[in-house]
Amino acid sequence: MPRAFSVVFGRTETALAAAILIAAVILSLSSPYFLTLPNFVNLIEAYSVTTVLAAGVFVVLVSGGIDISFAATASATQYLAAYLATSYGFPAVPALALAAALGVAMGSINALLTYYLRVVSIIVTIATSSIYYALLIYLTNATEIYNLPDWWSNRFAFVRYVTASDDVVKITLPIVVMVAAVVLTQYLMAHTRIGRQVYALGGNPEAASRIGINVLGVQLLAYGYLGFLAAVAGFIQAGRVHQAVPTAMAGQELNVLAVAILGGASLVGGIGSMGGVVLGVLFLAMLQNGLNLLGVSPYFFGVVIGLAILISISMTGYAEKHARRRHVARAS
Amino acid sequence: MTTAVLSSTAPEMPFLALSGISKRFGGTVALDAIEWSVERGEVHCLVGENGSGKSTLIKILAGVHAPDTGGTISVEGVPHAALTPHQAKSLGIQVIFQDLSLFPNLTVLENIAIDLELGSPFRPPPQHAMRQAAQEALARLEADLPLDARVGTLPVAQRQIVAICRGLAVNARVLFMDEPTSSLTRHEVELLLETVRRLKAQGVAVVFVSHRLEEVVEIAERVTVLRDGRKVGTFAAAEVNDHRLAELMTGETIEHTVNARVLAERHPTLEVRHATREGEFEDVSLVLHQGEILGLIGLLGAGRTELALALFGMTPLESGEIRLDGAPLRLRSNQDAITAGIAYVSEDRLSLGLNLRQSIAENISISVLDRLGNSLGLVAPRRRNELATSWVTRLGIRAANVGAPVQTLSGGNQQRVVLSKWLATGPKVLILDSPTVGVDIKNKQGIYDVVRELAAQGVAILLISDEVPEVYFHCDRVLHMRGGRIAGEFVPGTANEHALSEALYA
Repeated sequence: MPRAFSVVFGRTETALAAAILIAAVILSLSSPYFLTLPNFVNLIEAYSVTTVLAAGVFVVLVSGGIDISFAATASATQYLAAYLATSYGFPAVPALALAAALGVAMGSINALLTYYLRVVSIIVTIATSSIYYALLIYLTNATEIYNLPDWWSNRFAFVRYVTASDDVVKITLPIVVMVAAVVLTQYLMAHTRIGRQVYALGGNPEAASRIGINVLGVQLLAYGYLGFLAAVAGFIQAGRVHQAVPTAMAGQELNVLAVAILGGASLVGGIGSMGGVVLGVLFLAMLQNGLNLLGVSPYFFGVVIGLAILISISMTGYAEKHARRRHVARAS
Repeated sequence: MTTAVLSSTAPEMPFLALSGISKRFGGTVALDAIEWSVERGEVHCLVGENGSGKSTLIKILAGVHAPDTGGTISVEGVPHAALTPHQAKSLGIQVIFQDLSLFPNLTVLENIAIDLELGSPFRPPPQHAMRQAAQEALARLEADLPLDARVGTLPVAQRQIVAICRGLAVNARVLFMDEPTSSLTRHEVELLLETVRRLKAQGVAVVFVSHRLEEVVEIAERVTVLRDGRKVGTFAAAEVNDHRLAELMTGETIEHTVNARVLAERHPTLEVRHATREGEFEDVSLVLHQGEILGLIGLLGAGRTELALALFGMTPLESGEIRLDGAPLRLRSNQDAITAGIAYVSEDRLSLGLNLRQSIAENISISVLDRLGNSLGLVAPRRRNELATSWVTRLGIRAANVGAPVQTLSGGNQQRVVLSKWLATGPKVLILDSPTVGVDIKNKQGIYDVVRELAAQGVAILLISDEVPEVYFHCDRVLHMRGGRIAGEFVPGTANEHALSEALYA
């Protein structure tokens, strides 16, 4: 099915997949530990939070917007759930449901502000990000919550497997949730009408409103969905570190955006695929893990991320320039 | 149901009839009591200058604007005070805007059948029905396009087919096409006309909305002219020619005379030899003489703007050379070009040529700040205003004062501010890229006068255009560019206008 492949994977994604293969070969030759099951599963779990957030950011990017307040949303929702669970003894479902509702509401505020103020979304979300964080710290006095209930902080393994070398491999909740988020997002964007409307809006907003797409509705879906996934990510993150901290997710914004852009999501909207974003995560995760195994300082990692983005973007820019030139030559 | 009964009992009733349609925006009257009708399966031209109200009219019909109360829009005899976008669509009124409103990132199939993806947001798109709808629409036009190609990768003419198919897929009864031929070659225009004939045969009315109609008049039955928000009249297409239409559109008698001069002293100011940039232009050689107005005509994508950018130092030549006053010139940036005495007035004056929020004086002086400054590099507002005032007077710019923001001026006056900005640098060569795009016929004349005056003062002018009359009547010599190459040279008066259009659209 070459057509299906080209729909899921554009040119950027194909290049990325090739880069991943090359990196995997090099790393597995340099470090015997790299290509082991425990390393691989640990890697996936370590990147589960980033992946869930990137899935949400991807939807907003395709709609033609950008949202950097998701880290603040994740922190706020995580804190709300932890607070309800520890101070009022809320059971899992109502605590998480309320937190998710808060996430959707915070995302929707971004959508409403972007739509009604007619300001670019990056400005709106810089402002709301600042407001969300400040409110959270102000209301909580920056108090950390350590005594998370057991249902939250216990590492529950869906699958447990002991390898020949006596390493324990566990498929944990974060991994399962991450997979669910990826599958759900892929379904939403590729197989529902509203998902296709998100692409249409990102491709040509003026035309989208002319043909009768409910622009506000699509934006509410995109930003609200990101808010929801931010709440999910916040929940996983607190579970992994056994605490809820008001500034838990601060600084995650650029990493997550980097992953989505590396995966081929365009900052101008309309372009990108969930598959590409997953490849973006995989690529960064492998690079970081490989550099660790090779004993490169973790402080150097930022340099590598930056270079990867620059290379990826300049490749796209170069390809576009050539496509345009070919077009000029053909049109005349 | 009612519509079906009415239409069968009164078959002579027009499909669409407007009565007393007016529209005010604030204090200005955009449309004044318009009476107009479109018959079933008719090909109709709606012409008028910018600001004549034609875009307002189609926006009212598309449901984008509501008309002022008091008028009616009757579709198959059923009167409406106003239409919503949804109503307009379900009544069979489809507007194809000049920008085509397509989604470049989506496939041909999805663009044509996008209507089937609206509603029931969380259900899957009806893949099968969409494919069928797209295929049917393409079949009606006997067009063969790859359904799975992304629209952004198609040439303009094919995108237009996609836009028409989208209208057909929702059962259009009347199709408004806004400036449909502006970026098509002659061959593509013929394909479009063929498409229109098919639509007509199927009972679909087509209304071309345009500021000119050379190409479409041959298949149009009627022409309606708008001027200043009023309907001048509806005419049988056979009764009117281009010249007559221009008069109806402007309300003035326009004298078209060839202004080509034979220059006595031919001092070559700018020489271009074998200039090439791969994929943009190839082996271009030309000579531009002092005081000459040289036309450079070609369709969109012929490489004319790319050549202009290279002559202005914005992009480097890959091979070939440029000589100015006989000496070789190497341009590493537009700074070099400006210093050497080459000025460039861009096609898109709004985004590239002017800072709209700044004053006339600030805009005119920006390119000569070095010269205006004192020994510390500070520029006295008084000197700046003197400079601006002198140009405002010389070019007859209509403005309250030189401190007025440029965005408060009309299009024609804005264009003159751009000209002043470059003239202040005292250029030897002035490159004008489509200087009259979006300028009314009346104001165009003013710009041509300025250009001629500059030439008389010895400035060598390269006038880039895609309008035959513009270069034919106002240039001394015309070069035709096609596919990145110079394809021919014409001397107006010696060669006739028709020969030039034939070459351009061939």
